[in-house]
Amino acid sequence: MSEHLPVIVVLAPLFGAVIVGFFGSRDRRLCFPIALTALALSFICSIGVVHHVATVGAWDYFVGGWESPHGVGIQLRADGVNSLLLLAIAVVALLALVYSIRQDGEKDAEKSPFFYVLFLLLCVGLFGITITGDAFNVYVLIEITALTSYGLVAMGSSRRSRVAAFQYLVIGTVGASFYLIGVGYLYLAVGSLNMADIRAILAANPEIANSRIVGTALVFILLGVWTKMSLFPLHGWLPNAYSYCPSGSANLMAPLVTKVSVYVMIRILFSVFGLGVITENPGWSELVVLIAVGSIVAGSVMALTQREIKKMLCCLIVAEVGYMVGGTWLGDAGRWGLTGSMYHILADAMMTSCLFLAAGVFAKQFGATRLEHLSGLFRRSPWVAGAFTLGGLAMIGVPPMCGFFSKFYLIRGAIESGHWLYIVALLGSSLVNAILFFRIFEIAYFGEVPESSEPFEPSEGEGATPRRYAVWRTAPLLIAAALTLLLGIFNRPVIDLIRGTVVENTGIVSMEE
Amino acid sequence: MENSIHSYLPLWACLSSLAAVPLILLFRRETFLREAVTILAGIAKLSFVLAMLPIILQGNMIELTLFGDGSDGLVPIVFRVDGLGMVFALVASILWIPTSIYSIGYMRGLKEHSQTRFYVFFAVSLFATLGVAFAGNLLTLYVFYEILSLSTWPLVTHHQDAEARRGGRSYLVHLLGTSIAFVIPAMIYVWVKSGTLDFGGQAILADTDLSYVQGLALLLAFAFGFSKGALMPLHSWLPSAMVAPTPVSALLHAVAVVKVGVFCIIRTVLNIFGMDLLGGLGIDLVLCWIAAITLVTASLIALTQDNLKRMLAFSTIGQLSYIILGIALLTEHAALGSILHIAMHAFGKITLFFCAGAIFVATGKKQISELNGLGRRMPITFAAFAIGAASVTGLPPMGGFLSKLYLVWGAAEAHQIALLCAFLISAVLNGAYFFPVVYRAFFLPEPEMDAIHADGSCCVSGWREAPLLCVLPLAFTAIGSILLFFFPSTFYDLASIVLHGGVANP
Repeated sequence: MSEHLPVIVVLAPLFGAVIVGFFGSRDRRLCFPIALTALALSFICSIGVVHHVATVGAWDYFVGGWESPHGVGIQLRADGVNSLLLLAIAVVALLALVYSIRQDGEKDAEKSPFFYVLFLLLCVGLFGITITGDAFNVYVLIEITALTSYGLVAMGSSRRSRVAAFQYLVIGTVGASFYLIGVGYLYLAVGSLNMADIRAILAANPEIANSRIVGTALVFILLGVWTKMSLFPLHGWLPNAYSYCPSGSANLMAPLVTKVSVYVMIRILFSVFGLGVITENPGWSELVVLIAVGSIVAGSVMALTQREIKKMLCCLIVAEVGYMVGGTWLGDAGRWGLTGSMYHILADAMMTSCLFLAAGVFAKQFGATRLEHLSGLFRRSPWVAGAFTLGGLAMIGVPPMCGFFSKFYLIRGAIESGHWLYIVALLGSSLVNAILFFRIFEIAYFGEVPESSEPFEPSEGEGATPRRYAVWRTAPLLIAAALTLLLGIFNRPVIDLIRGTVVENTGIVSMEE
Repeated sequence: MENSIHSYLPLWACLSSLAAVPLILLFRRETFLREAVTILAGIAKLSFVLAMLPIILQGNMIELTLFGDGSDGLVPIVFRVDGLGMVFALVASILWIPTSIYSIGYMRGLKEHSQTRFYVFFAVSLFATLGVAFAGNLLTLYVFYEILSLSTWPLVTHHQDAEARRGGRSYLVHLLGTSIAFVIPAMIYVWVKSGTLDFGGQAILADTDLSYVQGLALLLAFAFGFSKGALMPLHSWLPSAMVAPTPVSALLHAVAVVKVGVFCIIRTVLNIFGMDLLGGLGIDLVLCWIAAITLVTASLIALTQDNLKRMLAFSTIGQLSYIILGIALLTEHAALGSILHIAMHAFGKITLFFCAGAIFVATGKKQISELNGLGRRMPITFAAFAIGAASVTGLPPMGGFLSKLYLVWGAAEAHQIALLCAFLISAVLNGAYFFPVVYRAFFLPEPEMDAIHADGSCCVSGWREAPLLCVLPLAFTAIGSILLFFFPSTFYDLASIVLHGGVANP
């Protein structure tokens, strides 16, 4: 059994989705336990995968035992780059799942089987993208992720969520198509879809690697994943999509979908084109870092103008994506920027999860969707406020929260490669985050507790009906907050695992050059 | 010559106050138990620090590596206790106990709200203070520095009114803003440049080929980035942080927070640059003059203040620059004086703040102009005030005299006559803003309307001291200031260890 762990991570939610589809519609009470079991299984298996990678090394798994990369065999690969992301996905998904428990009698309870099916399929997509070693598979799984996301966004109760879903659908499809075109070009040039295989062919044949067709493939693939990760100026879909969807699904999508797309970019550079692409094309990497700086600045400025909690958090995602893209493309010799980006994928997943869970609790429990609704929060609910504070401090990058350590390594990479603009953007965005979050903390700390608990004008979306305290909403929030802190304090094992793979891989790159 | 000893004592010393937090929360309804926990944690902390003292005095260092090692160029979290850290830890942990006792008197006397929160964050900030003192590398130092900035914010803004919000905002903008904008890039630049951030061994940048401009930029980034040291023009957070309850001002803004700032700057000079490199590049004088200007200007501003706590705040800004100027002079005696002044000023200034708080608790007065004749009502408080003032001014037989003597000696040694004059002018100004207060209190007549006070009690000639729990601590620290003049040897030996790596002959 234990030799099949990598595939069980993906299959558990897939079968879970099927079972929920069969039985959930007959008895809605079955949905949640089935989904929970499936994700718990994924969680346990991903712990096993991380353990294996940490102790033994990278783990190649061939689905169905089809070892030949030229056949139809699907290769799964777990190494220091992605095993921790698998674990992070499992954790965030479990937290989002627990948060989204629906009670009978809630207004859209009849939708819950569909919700759980989509939720589990989205997890399948995310796990699959992360673990697959096949470039075409990534496309298929991106589509699974995207289609389920459209559904989840459209399930929001307001009319705007349908518009947002449509917008998301159009842009998302364009992005996925770009990626597919890129993979198509690559297949034309190399004749293989297996990542390791393509890497070997490109390394052996420099004339193919430097050909225009491979360059075109890279550009299309990058445009595709940048659209998916909402890098500025391709970010237009994100704020609406994530703020108007039900908070149960926002808690899953906001932390993970963009991060997994960043991972795809890193994986494609790392395992398909080789990191040499970055150092050999200084002009390109300059440009990409500039785009990343633009993303950081745009995200921060947009966040400053928002008075809605979720919109503000969405804008911050755009800025954080800039961190990771920029860090990946710094092209410094020690690969500290890449290390920082990879660590930040995990850190940002945890922080965003924490903040979105908090935003969900604010909306459900206090009916608070705007900053000024949070008045007196520290007195009304110290635990929720404390958890939100931890998430906010992590975003600002205060040690020992995880957000600090990713900045620490990113800035090291930037100094080594002399990207001063990127450093200024990074520090500027930290300061903007400090303003954003302390603005909220001030409202929450100094503000008076509102007289009645339901004075807010009913907005169109959720939060129209504040409900009483619910432990299944608060508990995931507290766990997420604790994890942001723990990931920061115990960053060393994580960094060691990432560094191990990075150094090993860059060693290979430098040997080839 | 120096042995490094592996021990968990620094960790326990740090954690003893953090461990008190859950207990304080647990006993939030039992005020007596809650305050007992605070004091017990203080005693535990002090005992752990004292347990380390003989080891350090023998010329050893205590080392403890948490979270990883230095392999692959990464930076671990390290505690390393050396002479400098010990001076600071000793001062902070000794003064926490009287401050806790004083807090009880003050907070109960004024019936403040949210006292549990107050004790919780007080304990957290002491945890961070000792973390800074024992930090073995720059990353560890920075981590605890930031924890301290954030954990003191709820203390500064304790009153939760508009003024507290303004003060808190200024506090954060200065402390968090400068540390993110200046210290983070400077720290990582040092890391890239030298491949290590470790304070042990020789100075981090000693072997690097810094140019004048790079060196100057780094030095300024650290000096202003650690803005808890309140160098002008980044000093204005300190007066506005005086909205905090007085025990907070006393311990944090005369001892822990501001001394963390100067402690970090001393670390910058001694362990990051090293005296040789700073002198070699010739950038030490820039820091000297910034400190000297701050020193004189702050003393002049203090002369104009009527609010007692604000006056003390500006006095603190000036005295912090004594320490910074002392270390930036790069001579042996100036550095010795600078390190001694950490301790001497701490005892003197905390006494002054305790007095200001005691006056407020007993009479509700905050302005200097209202203090006429109060010395006869509160003789112990004002006697302690006089002792504290004398110590901070630098008069014998108070501890402050010793440190200022060494500072002036060091300035002469460096042949910086202008800077020596700055010390002397400022000392005169110190006297000029402190002693009118003492004069008013003891020698000017009490205003008529105060003779019969509001509640109708007519004990015109009687004592009207603050609660006993307020008066005892201030008497203790005042006596401490005097004792430090006669028995400075512990701090003196520790300071010599910092400079020579062993105990020098006095």
